[in-house]
Parts: sequence; C-alpha cells; structure tokens
Amino acid sequence: MAYQFDFLAVFDYGDMLLKGAAFTLAMTAVGAVVGTAIGIAGGMCRAWKLHPLDWLFGAYVELIRNTPFLVQLLFIFFGLPSLGVQISEWQASFLAVVVNLGAYTTEIIRAGIQATPRGQIEAAQSLAMGRLQIFFHVVLRPALQKVWPALSSQIVIVMLGSAVCSQIAAEDLTFAANFIQSRNFRAFETYLVVTAMYFAMAWMVRYALNVFGRRVIVARKPQTRGA
Amino acid sequence: MPLVKLRGVHKTFGSNHVLKGIDLDVEAGDVVALIGRSGSGKSTLLRTINGLESIDRGELVVDGVALDDGFGDLRTLRQKVGMVFQQFNLFPHLTVGENVMLALKVVKKTAHAEAGDIAKEMLLKVGLAEKFSAYPDQLSGGQQQRVAIARALAMRPRVLLCDEITSALDPELVNEVLAVVRQLAEEGMTLIMVTHEMRFAREVGNKLIFMHHGLIHESGVPRQLFAEPGTPELANFIGAVS
Repeated sequence: MAYQFDFLAVFDYGDMLLKGAAFTLAMTAVGAVVGTAIGIAGGMCRAWKLHPLDWLFGAYVELIRNTPFLVQLLFIFFGLPSLGVQISEWQASFLAVVVNLGAYTTEIIRAGIQATPRGQIEAAQSLAMGRLQIFFHVVLRPALQKVWPALSSQIVIVMLGSAVCSQIAAEDLTFAANFIQSRNFRAFETYLVVTAMYFAMAWMVRYALNVFGRRVIVARKPQTRGA
Repeated sequence: MPLVKLRGVHKTFGSNHVLKGIDLDVEAGDVVALIGRSGSGKSTLLRTINGLESIDRGELVVDGVALDDGFGDLRTLRQKVGMVFQQFNLFPHLTVGENVMLALKVVKKTAHAEAGDIAKEMLLKVGLAEKFSAYPDQLSGGQQQRVAIARALAMRPRVLLCDEITSALDPELVNEVLAVVRQLAEEGMTLIMVTHEMRFAREVGNKLIFMHHGLIHESGVPRQLFAEPGTPELANFIGAVS
C-alpha cells in the first residue's frame, strides 16, 4: 500500500516549529551583528598589522577555520564548565555562532580593507587625520561595500550550519524537527517542512542583507542638483 | 625665517639612496617648481615635507614645526601642509562636499554648518560650487583634481604640495587645473610642485629646482635657468622635455 502523507501530524506542532525558527533567526541576527563587529576590529588589526593584536586575531582565525563547528560548540558547552564557567544550551549556541562567524568575517573584511587604494589613505594622512579617523571615515565603508556579498553568504552559511546546535539540546529549528518526528513518527513530512522552512529563512536573510547592503552600505545621498 | 626649511635631508629605500643631503629654503609666497628625471628623488623630496616619507637623517621645519618630534607633531605639521596627488585620491563613498568637509569636521572639529560654508567657498574658488552633492565618479578627471585642491585648501594650509597633479589628466583637462593653481599663486599661496609642465613652471614659478641623482643639482629663477642652464645635466633635461 502506498504511503499516506499526513502533514497535519507536523502542523500540530506548529508552535514548536515557529519557536525553533525564531531561535535560529535570533542566533543568526546576533551572530551577524556581533560577528561583523569582531570582523571589523579583527580585519583592521590584521590588515594594518597592529602588533600584537594581529597575531591574536591570526591565531583565532586559524583555530576556527581549521576545526569543525560542532567541535567548537561541544568545546564551549562541555569544555568551559570544566573551567568553572557555567553556560546554558542557548548561551553556548549563541556564543559558538558569534565566535565562528567572527573568525570568517575577520578574513573577509580584512580583504576589503586591504583593497583600499594606498593613495586614499595618503590623502587622508595629508589632511592630518589620525589612524582611527582614517579607518572609520575613509576605509571602512568602501571596504564593506566590496565584501558585502561575501559577508552575506557567510552569514547564511552560518545560519544553516547552526542546525548542529540541536546536538546540545538548544531549542532551534532542527531540535524542534527531531523532537516532533520522534513523537509523530512522521520523519518524511517533518523534515520536508523543516527543509522548506530553512530554505525560506535562508532566502529571506539573504534578501534582507541584500536590501540592507543597497540602502545602508552602498547608499548614496540623493542629488540636490544635476551632476 | 623660511616657511619650509630642509637641512641635510637623507632618505634611503633599502639600498637605494634617494635623497643624498637636501638643503632647501622656501619662503612664504614662493612658487617652487621641482623638476628632474624620473628617479631623481623629486617626488620623494615633496613627500618628506608633509611626513608621508620619513627622513633618515637631517632636519625639516615647516612654519616652526619640526618633523622629528614624533607622531603628535606629525599631525600638527600636516595641518600646515596641504597636498594634491597625481591620482586625485578623492574618497569615492563621499560627495564632493563631504570630501571637502571631512577633515574640517574630524580633525579641526569644525561644526557641520560652518564646515559646509567653508566647503562651498572652496568649491566656488575652484569653479565647482554646483557639484557640491555630486559623487567623485560623476566628475571628469579635471573636476576631480579641482575638488582635491579645494579639499586641501579647506584646511587653510600654509603651503600646498602638488605631486604631478596634471600627469594623469587628458590633455584638454590640464589647463583647467593649471588655471586654478595659477590663481592660487597670484593670491600669494606658497606652492611646491613637482611638474612636467615646463611652460607653467617658467611662467608661474619664481624658483626652479632641478633634481639629479638625489641632490639639488641646480636652482634659481626659472626664466634664467631655462634660458641659460648652468650645467650640462639641466641643459640635457630641458632639451629632452621641450
């Protein structure tokens, strides 16, 4: 007999799915904001070789990009308590996402900073601007403009990868899926719905980042007069 | 006392001894043309005057500020020395007005409205008042270079350094930039310019400096030097470029 699909068995747990999706999106949002902030600081230190901070960021980047996200998460959740740092599932998940994304954004933003034409920095120096003034007023915006697509992709990658946070029982969307299919025994329907939800969320996040990039990062002021 | 004073200035890049002991006095109101072959050290000399190149040995004083006094004084020095570059180097993400206002606001802490007034005044001076809210990539090369001049002037420098400022321009755009520089010279602005515009150097400059192998090989009044070069090197150079 053919398999009888029963999606209602999934939608009975609609609240749980939405909560899980909200958790995943919140993690992504915090990761994007804090991770990008880390990336800006790290990218500056690395691109401008500010010793010893650039070495610290260098070690951080190598450590994160050469190890699996799941191991980083397990280390934070199970490892830190051994040092006396008590941390909940959701705290560990958020921290892991921030730490992971921060390393990748450091590399991405560093590339953008290094693409600044030397002459623009010299022009700013000639105007008696200081190092940080030059960074924030002259270098940062064009650097972010150049790497915004790469940065957006990385944020989406991390959102999808955050599914492994379900492994430490953080109640994200994947956790909800695992829980629901263990109750209704409808693995196909449950994972199909969750797959569709991840797809929609990834698409939305990408779209939102795109719009943010156009409106805020690359934005130009309207002309008051024809050029 | 001269506005710009260099004594025994040396500069090396690795094993390349670029400046081999430069002595130079520039008085307020002077228009100095620095000429010489490629690699003679003229651009490096210019860039030492606002600290874009550090000096290995010697003394540099601009309007009473000595360079060798550390980072804080470097910024004090740069407030007295404006610079315009071959490649314009406008900030691409800022409008023309914002380009001119930026350093006023962040370095001199000038209020936004006042900085805007100064920017408008400077843009008017270079004939680009109507481009206040345009972006650099909407301007021609000549217009961009005039904005770069306005940006430097907005800081009210005592001396303006010009590093081959017409070399990247299409021939038909050179004159609009030179006209602005000529006007500045007539207003009494102190100018030190590395240039390949020999006619301009002769007509507008009151001092000509010929650099050769990292030294000031010959200097004097442009008209006289062009008419009667004192050394075969300068005679050769003039012959080669004219």
